[in-house]
Amino acid sequence: MTSTLAVAEPELVSIDHPVRRTARKPLQAGPGTYLALIAVTLLSVFPLYYTVVMASHTNAEMAARTPPLLPSGALFGNVRLALQLAPLNHGLINSLVVAGCISAGTVAFCTLAGFAFAKLRFRGRNVLLGICVATMMVPMQMGIIPLYLMMARLGLTNHIAAVILPTLVTAFGVFFMRQYLASAIPDELIEAGYVDGAGTFRVFRSIVLPAARPAMAVLAMLTFLTAWNDFFWPIIALSSQNPTVQVSFQSLATGYAPEQSIIMAGTLYGTVPVLVVFALLGKHIVGGIMQGAVKG
Amino acid sequence: MAVAATSRARPRGRRTVPGSRAAYGYIAPFFVVFAAFSLYPWLDTAWVSLHNVRLTTYSHQQWVGLANYRNLFSNKFFYNALRNTLTIGIISTVPQLCLALGIAHLLNYRLRGRTFFRVAMLMPYATSLAAATVIFLELFDKDLGIVNWALQQVHLPRLDWQGSKWPSQVAVSAIVTWRWTGYNALIYLAGMQAIDSALYEAAAIDGASRWQQFRHVTIPGLRPTILFTIVVSTIGAAQLFGEPLLYHAGIPDGGTSNQYQTLGLLMYQQGWTNDRLGLASATAWTMFVIIVLAVAVNLLVSRRRDRRGSFPASPAVLEATR
Repeated sequence: MTSTLAVAEPELVSIDHPVRRTARKPLQAGPGTYLALIAVTLLSVFPLYYTVVMASHTNAEMAARTPPLLPSGALFGNVRLALQLAPLNHGLINSLVVAGCISAGTVAFCTLAGFAFAKLRFRGRNVLLGICVATMMVPMQMGIIPLYLMMARLGLTNHIAAVILPTLVTAFGVFFMRQYLASAIPDELIEAGYVDGAGTFRVFRSIVLPAARPAMAVLAMLTFLTAWNDFFWPIIALSSQNPTVQVSFQSLATGYAPEQSIIMAGTLYGTVPVLVVFALLGKHIVGGIMQGAVKG
Repeated sequence: MAVAATSRARPRGRRTVPGSRAAYGYIAPFFVVFAAFSLYPWLDTAWVSLHNVRLTTYSHQQWVGLANYRNLFSNKFFYNALRNTLTIGIISTVPQLCLALGIAHLLNYRLRGRTFFRVAMLMPYATSLAAATVIFLELFDKDLGIVNWALQQVHLPRLDWQGSKWPSQVAVSAIVTWRWTGYNALIYLAGMQAIDSALYEAAAIDGASRWQQFRHVTIPGLRPTILFTIVVSTIGAAQLFGEPLLYHAGIPDGGTSNQYQTLGLLMYQQGWTNDRLGLASATAWTMFVIIVLAVAVNLLVSRRRDRRGSFPASPAVLEATR
């Protein structure tokens, strides 16, 4: 990757050939490949489709000799019943706030740190980056009890701030941004900025930030998805009175739903928004995951 | 990577380049948040594990030395959870990574609708573990579930996917496998696309069949990526928590006879059900040691097997797994 001025068109979101230099010309897929891929696709999507079926049929209908394979109009009534049973809308709003704040914080802080690690020279840079990478391996469960006690002292338990604060930065994000910025922006460009008398912040704002945008977007999407789907810490820090949507699934599943269809309808209601967004942005998320795999 | 700034020879560069001092300002927000909410809690877990701590009186921590550890290591629930974590870890990780490798191989062909397949395979990853578990709980329901219905259609006995030990562990593993296979397939696919095409051409000229090419070019070329996914999956499996919790309706006992209680679940039960936070911290530290040991074993085994091929291993992946 020689550093021509490719800043305007970084290839981060291209999912076809993340490493063009060595990309091999792929073999044409035969019918067997398509059949196998369709089978895998069906396995991936069937449980989600069948949730719609289960959400629209009573227990008696599901227990029949040949269970139904198509949804019915009872779905909407069941969603309404589920909304009375569990605070799903409250959960959705909380999840939106939580995942939004975490994504914004992660992208901002990790871009700043990633820029410093990629383009600034300072004492202890390699050691600090090494620490950062090493901590990606330490599980969250390790510190969960002191974290809970800390939130209790701060009076934040059962408040969504308790969920937002600890994941406001991720080591992965720093590493991801560092790897991207190191190769997306040629050093010459940054040095030219310094020669023109710009300080580091001016360089950051006028050169780095515009070039970093595609990577920031991908990091935002990945972080949002992870934060939206997080379960372990929210279930400890929050209660069913002020849940994220994941926590409200728990109160739905453990509550007094008379029929499984109502639990399924509620689960569907809380899951569909993120799946729709995912279907629209999926291409970029796929690219981000593959990029992250090659680069970090 | 011609742009890697570190190796550039520059006499006294550190002094002349602007931003050497300012750099700390850029990394400060990250490290402050990180130290407060990650680093400090990790270290404090060790301290708390030497105390008797209750939720209601958490400000009065009573020193008990190693009593929590003695208690833990003489507890049959700990060994049960350890065994379950190991078996569920194996039944969820091994098939998952093998499947992912096969799927990546399929996705690496020139395909129509390539993006569609990739996104479809990532739908389970986009589904939260809470939703996935609630859904699979119904799919595996003893009476209403479609899994038992399908078993009956092929004249196999219906299984009690909640009550019996192995079926319940398989069901919990199925949730993990369903959610993560597509994700790992994409990671492998990225690794495959980074393998130099000249190697395949050379192998083809030497008369290697498709399978031999997969076996002797693809797999060795993917070794760092495979190692990376094994390490990440091991860490994930060691902390398995949400799936078995919701699989028993939010009760952290892992089934009526603890048949799928994992270490993560045991820790939660000790801390938040039994109000023994010191003991739970001891479990957390023990889990950490187990994870470090498991990762170290993975690395040692793979290093011994490593034949040091000339493949363009991703430096980042190597760095991340070092």
